[in-house]
Amino acid sequence: MVGIVGYGAYIPRYRIKVEEIAKVWGADAPSYKKGLMLREKSVPGPDQDVITIAVEAARNAMKRAGISGEKVGAIYVGSESHPYAVKPSGTAVAEVIGAVNDCHCADLSFACKAGSEGMFLAYGLVKSGEVEYAFGIGADTSQGAPGDALEYSAAAGGAAFLMGTKNVVATLDCQYSYMSDTPDFWRREYMHYPRHAGRFTGDMAYFKHVRGGVEGLLKKAGAKPKDFKYIVFHQPNGKFPVRMAKDLGFTDDQVKTGLLVPTLGNTYSGASPLGLSAILDEAKPGDAILMCSFGSGAGSDGFIFTATKALPKVQGKAKKTRDYLDTNPFYLDYGTYVKFRRKIRKNVED
Amino acid sequence: MLTPAIVRRNTPQRYRMEAAKCAKCGKVFFPPRLICDACKSRTFKPYTLPQEGTVVSHTVIRTAPRGFGDEAPYCMGIVELTDGTRILCQIADCEPERLEIGLKVAIEFRKIQEAGESGVIAYGYKAVPER
Ligand SMILES: [Zn+2]
Repeated sequence: MVGIVGYGAYIPRYRIKVEEIAKVWGADAPSYKKGLMLREKSVPGPDQDVITIAVEAARNAMKRAGISGEKVGAIYVGSESHPYAVKPSGTAVAEVIGAVNDCHCADLSFACKAGSEGMFLAYGLVKSGEVEYAFGIGADTSQGAPGDALEYSAAAGGAAFLMGTKNVVATLDCQYSYMSDTPDFWRREYMHYPRHAGRFTGDMAYFKHVRGGVEGLLKKAGAKPKDFKYIVFHQPNGKFPVRMAKDLGFTDDQVKTGLLVPTLGNTYSGASPLGLSAILDEAKPGDAILMCSFGSGAGSDGFIFTATKALPKVQGKAKKTRDYLDTNPFYLDYGTYVKFRRKIRKNVED
Repeated sequence: MLTPAIVRRNTPQRYRMEAAKCAKCGKVFFPPRLICDACKSRTFKPYTLPQEGTVVSHTVIRTAPRGFGDEAPYCMGIVELTDGTRILCQIADCEPERLEIGLKVAIEFRKIQEAGESGVIAYGYKAVPER
């Protein structure tokens, strides 16, 4: 049976509150908080990027999997904020975990669903027998343009999933993907910040594609909403995934464990993967989990997992998602935040 | 000067903390050496250092060398890893007032230096206080 043999999360320690951003731009914090259902977001430290986050998430997954790095035959890092425009991120992950040199590596991008794409590829390669173990990793340190609505939510974090066939902690029972060519959000080459199509990003993009992904997945699996203990959707804000879940016939109880966005923000490629890692931290053997990502552009990847008897044995082997999210955060003021995020133009040192 | 060749050469140590363990007497060297100073043996086995430790000595850098000015003030320290090996490294995500001997830290992968806005990025290990 193919499934997850190790999983790991990473969220930076720094946070900024909605009020702190709103006061700089003369915006009304309570209406942003209510509109986005989000209180604060994570911020990467000045020495953190997608590579460092992907590495830490992968290390945590390796602690849980308990296998040696040479056995990992493929590594896919999905992100919309890879540190280099040209030069892969996954190669650094491979070096750190000791997967070099006998390994296939590629970076992926598809807005916020780049992480779940990696999971899809890793699953397919393991299932075909091409590799013994493969990593799908989603991580982002996304930027919103200063003053834009996205600045309140664009956050940093990532999660890694090692697929394999031995000592599976969650079987991957069914997969379905849904897509169309929809320009709801994009960033052109050499641009610092992405642009989005405002209200168009809701109904025509997020809701259409998550609905398409979940309904297609349920149909393929012959399953119903009540069959699942946990569900997790892409969470660009607190409102979208909760409304989508309700529309599709899921309950708040199924949503709450994987809903990290109110205090995490939108971690883009890391968002639904981090929700899944938070669920795996708590799930019990036999629990069924439904995950559906969303990436602008646009598409969704849906997965059904079932926790196995092996899961409880690995949950405590690495730091849990909620430990990263809830323990000892460090709150930044807006000035330090823009310094960390390099939004201040300086003279080049000679 | 940070060059691609230096980044590549440092990868085993900086990325996965690959040390050398003397095959004869077991002494650990980080970075690896050619001859063991304890028993003069020249045979070593690769050995990966543990990722947890405690701070045994520390300082706060307030006047940083060129290229690190934006980070000041930042913490540096000698960390004794759980196997007894001592390493010198930056202590990241750490408020200077939190720094003390005995502080429990974990090793994390971080950006160390960048060769300007268009050059290579050097990554490596830093110690981070347990959250
Ligand atoms: Zn010796």
